[in-house]
Amino acid sequence: MPYQFYKLLFNVLVFYFRDRKEWADLEPVPQDDGPNPVVKIAYSEKFTDVFDMFRALLQNDEKSERAFALTTEAIDLNAANYTVWHYRRVLLQALDKDLREEMKYITAIIEDQPKNYQVWHHRRMVVEWLNDPSEELQFVAEILSQDAKNYHAWQHRQWVMQEYKLWDGELEYVEELLEEDVRNNSAWNQRHFVINHTSGYSDSSILDREVQYTLKQIKKAPHNESAWNYLNGILQDGGLSSFPGLLEQVTELQDTCSSPYLTAFLVDLYEDALETNSSSYDQQEMFNKALELCKFLAEEKDTIRREYWNYVSRSLQNTYGSGDPVSASSDPPPPPSSSQLPDMEPSDP
Amino acid sequence: SCSLSITVHVFSKLIMEEASPPLRCFSESHSSELFSDDGVQTVTSREQVNSNKMIKWMILPYFFRPTLLREQHYHYLKKGLRHLSDAYECLDASRPWLCYWILHSLELLEEPVPAAVASDVCQFLARCQSPTGGFSGGPCQHAHLAPTYAAVNALCILGTEEAYKVINREKLLDFLYSVKQPDGSFVMHVGGEVDVRSAYCAASVASLTNIITPTLFDGTHNWILSCQNWEGGLGGVPGLEAHGGYTFCGTAALVILGKEHMLDLKTLLRWVTSRQMRFEGGFQGRCNKLVDGCYSFWQAGLLPLLHRALFKEGDSTLSVSSWMFERKALQEYILLCCQNPGGGLLDKPGKSRDFYHTCYCLSGLSIAQHFGNKDLHNELILGRDENRLAPTHPVYNICPEKVAQAIEHFHRLPVPVQTESTPSTMDQS
Repeated sequence: MPYQFYKLLFNVLVFYFRDRKEWADLEPVPQDDGPNPVVKIAYSEKFTDVFDMFRALLQNDEKSERAFALTTEAIDLNAANYTVWHYRRVLLQALDKDLREEMKYITAIIEDQPKNYQVWHHRRMVVEWLNDPSEELQFVAEILSQDAKNYHAWQHRQWVMQEYKLWDGELEYVEELLEEDVRNNSAWNQRHFVINHTSGYSDSSILDREVQYTLKQIKKAPHNESAWNYLNGILQDGGLSSFPGLLEQVTELQDTCSSPYLTAFLVDLYEDALETNSSSYDQQEMFNKALELCKFLAEEKDTIRREYWNYVSRSLQNTYGSGDPVSASSDPPPPPSSSQLPDMEPSDP
Repeated sequence: SCSLSITVHVFSKLIMEEASPPLRCFSESHSSELFSDDGVQTVTSREQVNSNKMIKWMILPYFFRPTLLREQHYHYLKKGLRHLSDAYECLDASRPWLCYWILHSLELLEEPVPAAVASDVCQFLARCQSPTGGFSGGPCQHAHLAPTYAAVNALCILGTEEAYKVINREKLLDFLYSVKQPDGSFVMHVGGEVDVRSAYCAASVASLTNIITPTLFDGTHNWILSCQNWEGGLGGVPGLEAHGGYTFCGTAALVILGKEHMLDLKTLLRWVTSRQMRFEGGFQGRCNKLVDGCYSFWQAGLLPLLHRALFKEGDSTLSVSSWMFERKALQEYILLCCQNPGGGLLDKPGKSRDFYHTCYCLSGLSIAQHFGNKDLHNELILGRDENRLAPTHPVYNICPEKVAQAIEHFHRLPVPVQTESTPSTMDQS
């Protein structure tokens, strides 16, 4: 049956709050959109009925069981109404409601609508009130098993872990996720999060382990950008060119695992060698190779980022080059003023 | 499918000879940009390959110059500004957003808003203003930073005295203080969640309406900076994955606060330029996720911000003719893949239209078309000249003249004094 028909049928069968005797004492408050409404939504009868009653409760600041029941209806109609959620929390406390029951409720709502801000925030509040994170990691894992990149789920997970210091077993969990999908960037981020908050990366045995792990994943899927980004990310602080043997390891990969990401990584490595003025490398060679690869990327292998690679090239020439000022085009340079700037601030200091 | 692709190729060559610069998606090398899964299939790669297939089919019919369906979008927007179907019940707590998305789309299309309609919008938004300050998602709802941002932007687009007068600046300042946290961040509403969107919403409305006090943004820039992660982009809160929406909010907020130079601009630039999809031409929100039309603004909009930030740092090697992304490719993606033939724009082929995507696809199209500012301006319009949109301000995402006009208006008024002491949000549920 078509959806419109079902809706019509359902609305006819509904027992509106305005007609229920237990609600007879409360006068519904219609929404005041003014005489000439804009962005006026064609609410269903049911929606209007519930929210007219909600407005009445809010106006009277009523704290009762029936008010609590109504918030459930309102949430069902629009789970993004943060005013309703706030009111529900006020009622949970005022009526001293069973928070374990509320956990069951919010679990079901999140399963149904996992991409909504309010439901996750509500869960966080209940967990805080109960001071009980014991179900959280399993719950989030369940949501992630349906969508391994759900941003709210990861946010909740990280909050639980930090707040309650639940770091054990997380690296193993991350590795499981990466086994399932080595391209899951959220999992790579979580890897960084866990290690950062536990051992850190300054220990050379940890850094070694991570570099080797990442290179292994790269060999499995050379066009997986996440792995290359992670390799870059963990070596930033120490410097890409300072990690022993890395240039050789990556250069070796070129035959079997070539990708624009590998080439970009080499540019980063050469740039780092130049920046640190590393004596382990021939500076002129680093400079020439970096420029050569930027050109290769801009013109052939990563043309979508042509503007960026040309900029990197010009920057390198400007910083490390032999001396002639480099400009971005063959046109005469623009007059020296701030006219190139998009007008931004309210007023320049 | 081999003979079909040959036919397409021959056809396109014939017609392209007539047309202006050929489309990137018809070039010989374009198919080399298809996603390589290295023979290792995962959820991510399967989704990406499917996405590419959909897009290939979208591109096929377009032998002629891509056209922005102005008339259709105008009618969709004009109607929506008055009436929305019950499908919009889920946005009943975001109605100022609907006003902003629609008004901004109309201003980009350079379609005027009749004075009566403008006045009705003002009166509606006045009904959304909370007695305790700030704006809410609808009449009688609680104030929230997101509809506050949207309402202020919508009123600035209207730009009339009536519109400016709607805003109670003193109460707005009280509201901002009421959601400010000791660590420099802001919750989205009293008893609500923290993430970097809130800092942007607060900075945007406070700067436009001239209510920034010496203490309002204490610690905020440091909190935002802590959201930049190992990828170079920013997450919603410290520790989270870099994401286009949050990166835009954090960066734009820092620009407003004059602290954008404190970001690692190099890694941020690398991260955002890497988010443009080599095959589709549009942007993804996060690494290894799918393209989405709305990131045409959230991601591409970062390039003007970064260009300016680098320029202020004394960078002399910046391009004088283009933002650092493939402007043509983005315009192609939006015009060929993100338009609903009946009006409105969308995420990607196969998705439904909505006003959010209409706003941000058009905003991204504008960013791609216009480089520079009023003094130094370089336009790159893909397809017919009629595709040209009005320029948009990359910090506020309303037209630059409206930004200037609002700032001029509100700077004639004194910065209010914070009137109420704010309850600790620890007491709030």
